[in-house]
Amino acid sequence: MARLKTIARRTFLIGSAAIAGGVAFGYYRLRQDPPNPLLKDLKAGEAAITPYVRVDAKGVTLITPRADKGQGSYSIQAHLIAEELDVDPHKVRIDPGPPDTAYFNSRIMDDSLPFATIDEGIMARGARGGGEVLSRLLGMQITGGSSTVPDGYHKLRMAGAVARETLKEAAARRSGVSRSQLKTKDGQVILPDGKSVTYAELAIEAAQLAPVTDVALRSEQEWRYIGKKMRRIDIVAKSTGTQQYGIDIRPDRVVYATVRANPGIGGTIKRYDASSAEKMRGVKKIVPIKDGVGVIADNTWRAFQAAAAIKVEWNDPPYPADSAGMWKVLENSFSKDLLDSRLRNDGDVEKALAGSSKPIEAEYRTPYLAHAPLEPMNAVVLYTKERLDIWTGTQIPVFLQAHAAKLTQLPEEKIHVHAQPIGGSFGARLDDTYALQAIELAMAMEGVPVKMTWSREENMGHDYPRPIQLSRARGTVRDGMVESMSIDVAGQSMGASWFSRLQAPVPPGPDVSSVNGIWDQPFAIPNFRVTGYKAKEMVPVSPWRSVGASANGFHHASFLDELIHAAGADPMAELIRLCNHEPSKKILHTLRDVSAWKGSRIGDRRARGVALALSFGVPMAQVVEVSDTPQGIKIDKVYAVCDVGRILDPVNFEAQVRGGIIWALGHAMNCELTYENFAPVQTNFHLFEAMRFHQVPEIIVKGLELGGEVRGIGEPPVPPAAPALANAIFALTGKRVRELPLNKSVNFA
Amino acid sequence: MQLTVNSKRYDLDVEPEMPLLWVLRDELGISGPKYGCGAGLCGACTVHIDGAAVRSCSISAGEVRGSITTIEGLGTPANLHVVQQAWIEHQVAQCGYCQSGQMMTAAALLSKTPDPSDSEIADAMDGNLCRCGTYTRIHSAVRTAAQMMKGK
Ligand code: FES
Ligand code: FES
Repeated sequence: MARLKTIARRTFLIGSAAIAGGVAFGYYRLRQDPPNPLLKDLKAGEAAITPYVRVDAKGVTLITPRADKGQGSYSIQAHLIAEELDVDPHKVRIDPGPPDTAYFNSRIMDDSLPFATIDEGIMARGARGGGEVLSRLLGMQITGGSSTVPDGYHKLRMAGAVARETLKEAAARRSGVSRSQLKTKDGQVILPDGKSVTYAELAIEAAQLAPVTDVALRSEQEWRYIGKKMRRIDIVAKSTGTQQYGIDIRPDRVVYATVRANPGIGGTIKRYDASSAEKMRGVKKIVPIKDGVGVIADNTWRAFQAAAAIKVEWNDPPYPADSAGMWKVLENSFSKDLLDSRLRNDGDVEKALAGSSKPIEAEYRTPYLAHAPLEPMNAVVLYTKERLDIWTGTQIPVFLQAHAAKLTQLPEEKIHVHAQPIGGSFGARLDDTYALQAIELAMAMEGVPVKMTWSREENMGHDYPRPIQLSRARGTVRDGMVESMSIDVAGQSMGASWFSRLQAPVPPGPDVSSVNGIWDQPFAIPNFRVTGYKAKEMVPVSPWRSVGASANGFHHASFLDELIHAAGADPMAELIRLCNHEPSKKILHTLRDVSAWKGSRIGDRRARGVALALSFGVPMAQVVEVSDTPQGIKIDKVYAVCDVGRILDPVNFEAQVRGGIIWALGHAMNCELTYENFAPVQTNFHLFEAMRFHQVPEIIVKGLELGGEVRGIGEPPVPPAAPALANAIFALTGKRVRELPLNKSVNFA
Repeated sequence: MQLTVNSKRYDLDVEPEMPLLWVLRDELGISGPKYGCGAGLCGACTVHIDGAAVRSCSISAGEVRGSITTIEGLGTPANLHVVQQAWIEHQVAQCGYCQSGQMMTAAALLSKTPDPSDSEIADAMDGNLCRCGTYTRIHSAVRTAAQMMKGK
């Protein structure tokens, strides 16, 4: 990461050419494996055969570098390694490992490239190769973009296989039997005579060997875990209250802290008066920090109380103070000079519009949304002049390490990030502001561990939200079919905001994220145009579960439904007719069958809506069924069908799909951040509820395995849910709701 | 002040208005009850006081009358409560952060209403948020736990 700046500058000077032309850019050299970071602090008697497997006299440790925020990444990473290594993932140790560029994510850039994730053309593949090179160069150890499985599916099994063969080689040398005659089982090498030797016993010998790398992966028939129901490695801990999260770390002599930063993110602090706070029970220190002030006390609640008692004057951040002003900025952003992208331009939209006697026009709006994971942001930090230890949940450990080095002036190798299990993230821990604040406080308490926790109110106000977005859509229909669709989108660039906080260069080229979920959708509308306008930056924003598609799914699939209704067509039949991507078409056919689709009305009190969104390479289509009740609209059922190539763990697959749908529907029903005086009005869960237990519909999930590339499932369930619900509401009430949250327009039971 | 938590008595020197949650977490190091909202809105901090589900963030230490049970006192990995067994069987947890509170609410429900109807389950569980959206499995697990209790 130390090299990040110079390399990054060079890379981005070459710019898109480097991204698109990975091969010319020394791609092959860069394909070589980076050095194994575990070798750096290996203890006597330990073998680190690959960056993912450590063996010592006590047994095997699997390294799972992608953060677990609840999506089950530790478990799936462990199972993938274990499948080849022949260990029981429940009987070995799991360690997230140190932050290291060796754990770069080869697929993290996929969603930022101006190529559809299903585009297998030579340019798209080249760009993805270039994206991988870039990630490798920047050492992007990032968890996100539903990429843990696509990135690890091959890599982690290879790591397991290399470790297994190396351990066998050690056993071969010890026993004099050739490696090809040895087998492995449950953490042991089995000799032809039936005798066995444990991996642990072979650690010292294996450490002396060069890893055996000419290994072949097992055939599917031999799989013990993949494709079968897995048991999450953390399920007992999480069912007994014994799972330790970052917020539960409590070292000896710990002190407790919190912060208050400018409620208008990005605004600075003018002055504060802590005279009464200082005198409150348990308060140890009041510390000025970047854009705010922190309190260190002997108990978190006392720190909260004291922080609230500080009188602060803030300087305004550089954007409008309220939501009305923010929407105005977007309304005024559809201008030539802000035109950013036109990634889709099929046929001739203008001609179709001009040729229609009544083109359909609509404006769609989606709000700022907080991630609001249930575990508030927190970090425990111990600072000394020699080293810095940070215990926290993070999706960006390598970036945190670099930022911490800069802040403390310590060299990067003295920054020790101890990654913790995370109580939900949804993108929130792709930032590290909270950890940097904790470091600032710890630097004022040298030698004493400081545990900093955001209050929920601080968390709601400083959660870099999903950007607001405004689209203006026009379209025409002819002979019962959709003839043209043009969507102009104005939004803030998520990438510009987030990458600048990462202190990484903003990827060159168009801001893909703000139009993803529209331009890349698999429909052959004869005249189809998507135009992006880059509004100026306002509230700093970040990726939110399913990123650009999370909002754009609503903009695109709602308007398409409007056109289909205007054409007088059946929504399911017309989506199928328009679809030009075979897997997506299969999804729609299957959805039609499992939902027994017979049109969008079922009697006079029930109705259905359908939507398809393709994101992160996964086509996902959903039917949402609603009914009219005296208490309001009730969501009765959701049918969800998708294709991820192959389902690695049916148990977690279903959990992610259901959770993603509940997430999406809940936020679509009743969540938004609105601003007054630069700060969100929604300060806690009473104003940001999402779905409660009594509102949860029956969810019928069907995952197809069409055999294409293996994809992740954390995010793709999100984008189609909101439009399918809004389309159902239209079918039920005749009212087209074009703005989220929907409860501004309709009541829910 | 004295509190009884998981059958153990503690002598404490804290201001009576300190919420029970922070006494448990920061003073006693009992971290099963989680801080989610601090305002009675999410249920992550749920404990039992004399068997009734209480949001520990919203009751002050001084107001507590009765003995407190946290998730650690409900059952342990070696000695699981039926609710925990059912939670494991259904693999309810995603991030798991809300689940201590969910299980405490479910256990309190089942102790009073051993065979709850769907709407009784919904009523009891409605105050417990799960940002990961594990509700459908929570429902199944509550049902399974009720069955298991019947069998006992
Ligand atoms: S922390 Fe107590 S209800 Fe949320
Ligand atoms: S499992 Fe994550 S909040 Fe419920």
